[in-house]
Amino acid sequence: MVQSAPFLRQGVTTPGLMRDVLVALVPVLAMAFAYFGVSALLVTAASTLGAVGTEAVFAPRRPGERWGARLLDGSALLTGIILGLTLPPALPLWMAFLGGVVGVGLGKVIWGGLGNNLFNPALIGRAFLQAAFPIALTTWSAPVWKRPGAPWTLFPGNLALPLMQPAPQPDAMTAATPLNLMKFDHQMTPVADLLRGQVAGSLGETSALVILIVGLFLVWRRAFDWRIPASILGTVAAFSGVLWLLSPERYPTPAFMLLSGGLMFGAVFMATDPVTSPLAPRGAWIFGTGVGILVVLIRLWGGMPEGVMYSILLMNAATPLIERVTQQRAFGHGRTKAPPKLPPTGSGTAPAGGK
Amino acid sequence: MTLATLNASFRHGIHPEEHKEATEHLPVERMPFVERYVLPLSQHTGAPSKPVVAVGERVTRGQLVAEPGGFVSTALHAPVSGTVAALGPRRHPNGKLVECLEIATDPFSPQTLLPRAPVDPFPLSDAEFVAEVQKAGLVGLGGAAFPTHVKYKVPEGKTISRLVINGCECEPYLTTDHRLMVERPAAILRGIAIAAHRLHVEETVIGVELNKPDAVTALQQAIDEAGVGATVRVAPLRVKYPQGAEKMLIEAVYGIEVPSGGLPLDVGCVVNNVGTMAGLADWFDGGLPLIERIVTVAGPGIERPANLLVPVGTPVRAVLDHCGGLKPATREVVMGGPMMGQPLTGLDVPVLKGTSGLLAFTGTETRLPAEYSCIKCGRCVEACPQFLNPSRLQRLARAGRFEEMERWFVNDCVECGSCTFACPSGIPVVQLIRVAKSAVREQKAKQQAAERAAQAEAAEQAEAAKRAETARQVDATEPVEATAQSGTAKR
Repeated sequence: MVQSAPFLRQGVTTPGLMRDVLVALVPVLAMAFAYFGVSALLVTAASTLGAVGTEAVFAPRRPGERWGARLLDGSALLTGIILGLTLPPALPLWMAFLGGVVGVGLGKVIWGGLGNNLFNPALIGRAFLQAAFPIALTTWSAPVWKRPGAPWTLFPGNLALPLMQPAPQPDAMTAATPLNLMKFDHQMTPVADLLRGQVAGSLGETSALVILIVGLFLVWRRAFDWRIPASILGTVAAFSGVLWLLSPERYPTPAFMLLSGGLMFGAVFMATDPVTSPLAPRGAWIFGTGVGILVVLIRLWGGMPEGVMYSILLMNAATPLIERVTQQRAFGHGRTKAPPKLPPTGSGTAPAGGK
Repeated sequence: MTLATLNASFRHGIHPEEHKEATEHLPVERMPFVERYVLPLSQHTGAPSKPVVAVGERVTRGQLVAEPGGFVSTALHAPVSGTVAALGPRRHPNGKLVECLEIATDPFSPQTLLPRAPVDPFPLSDAEFVAEVQKAGLVGLGGAAFPTHVKYKVPEGKTISRLVINGCECEPYLTTDHRLMVERPAAILRGIAIAAHRLHVEETVIGVELNKPDAVTALQQAIDEAGVGATVRVAPLRVKYPQGAEKMLIEAVYGIEVPSGGLPLDVGCVVNNVGTMAGLADWFDGGLPLIERIVTVAGPGIERPANLLVPVGTPVRAVLDHCGGLKPATREVVMGGPMMGQPLTGLDVPVLKGTSGLLAFTGTETRLPAEYSCIKCGRCVEACPQFLNPSRLQRLARAGRFEEMERWFVNDCVECGSCTFACPSGIPVVQLIRVAKSAVREQKAKQQAAERAAQAEAAEQAEAAKRAETARQVDATEPVEATAQSGTAKR
């Protein structure tokens, strides 16, 4: 049997792209381990197990494929780890597992598998957990890295039995996140703390600096469209900057808005999921701007302290509409009926900047 | 060369590895004559040529053996002196059996070209010129094999002001145009002089990619020596695929888009390959019709890569043997380039007028990549030079929604393969699009045939009704006695 042209392909493959993101997640996981101990790894492992298991058993398979064949692209593994990194360190492990199952199940499998889903599966999982177990999902803990026994001490909540209430955490361990502090207690957290990540929050909300660095690595590897995180962060900075300039005592600084909460993590790892974000560059700008605006709106005027998850989910829903509106004009389909005019003779070649 | 020209190119496109090192420095060698030549009567777009020689007849190298089968058709000439051995079905490189002339070479002939006095193209009328070019059997040597003379018949109401010459050779591995530009720049300029004069163009631009700096220099030198710098210039272009596609080339050189469904002449341009220009010069000055052309034999599976001047009709097997044969690792031989070439199902097929390369590929190139779902990464959208959405097109093609693909501009697809090249999920995008387009074509052909049949039937029914009506009228005018007798007036 002969193969037909073309016989050349560029070197990047889909599993290769997933691998790049995995590589980028390793420093984030390492920071989470450093700050929150082995619980961080266990929570992430539980959500990953749920995600991967669901994909292995239920993912729509091509005829003749074995169970687990669809795992080879690595996307379920990524979903599980990213979901885990949005969860609090003291979360009961069975909840994390359930989150992974629901995330991949309702966020990916029922849509038809990889490439067909509308919503980011990790965020579907987290949204489910937040709705089903609101208290557990909003019980934050301060970093434990300076405590004796860290990082090998588990948070007691992790080992709660399924459907049983977790043992109440010692007060010394629970803490409010910087966003909680800003919204409900009107307290500001220093930017330095935010950069280093020594604040309470989900596992992935740690060092914004680390996330920025791995984000640049992923941009270099062309793992995602750089316009999405650029427009998200740019819009958040601009929108919150304008508000802060108008009323500095009421609104936090743009630096605070950029570095706190899950914004950096969401902008780099969740909003950039290619399946659920617009296909073409112009759409990416609109998508990112929408996420940015919604994040600021929810954080400042919404009922919740954190808005990244819902902002991204809402913009995921808007993606098909964005794609339809940003349809690029096909070659030779000009806006006018008349054929285009030639430039004068002897003039330079081409529009400079042909990509 | 300014910074602007260094960056000059069309938008989108891809950058495959060029793989030209093996042959770009090799001068063109003449392929020795072989025992048999097979000439398909259709080596060009348009109607097949009609044979004018009989089996058993002796022919001289360069003699006309088949005349054009219409306006969009061209002449065919004997590549060797010998005897017409057969006229019958032979295997075409595309796998089909087609009508071919087979010529057995005369082993004792010196293979001199049929003498022909040089023709001065300048005093000819436009119609005479077009007829002369058709007599030369010239077709587009870039691979499309479109009869060249058709481009010189400018329709009423259209003016041509620019001649764009394609020296890009954007397909990897191929170096035929490169060697021609380095070795025979004067012939190319002579062809340009003939064509430019005929079309009354204001300027001629030769687009050459920057991976051929020696070609740029050679052409520039020839232009300076001929003193035609005022009307002929070389445009060095950024290396990109598919810059050699005529619409992309016009965009790269002039920054404008040929309207969809239109031709370059709609924007006042005529695009020709450098080889075609040399062909014009060879025909008018030397009486040499299109009976041989440069072919790059390369690829990881060939023993000795080379640029050969091959007579049209040479069996592919003979050409490959002349280059040392195929290595055992070879899996496939492709006629043309790696992006749009024709994979060969057998080696006993002839080299055609449009054959630019014979590439031997091993398992590395022919290996089917693992296929994943489309992750909507957008690489294909960024690559498509026609600004289509290949991701959506492959989805529709997979779902069998072929008619819907027309709504998404699938007819603008030039099948360059940039989308498949760019896809990280290993999806055979352009292959799916090709299948869909041919399904749509078949469907349309069936529909048209059904419509014609329905029309024919309706016409026949109308005829029958008319006949019945006439007959009834004849009956009605019969003498009253007869009708009274028979009792029935209607039949």
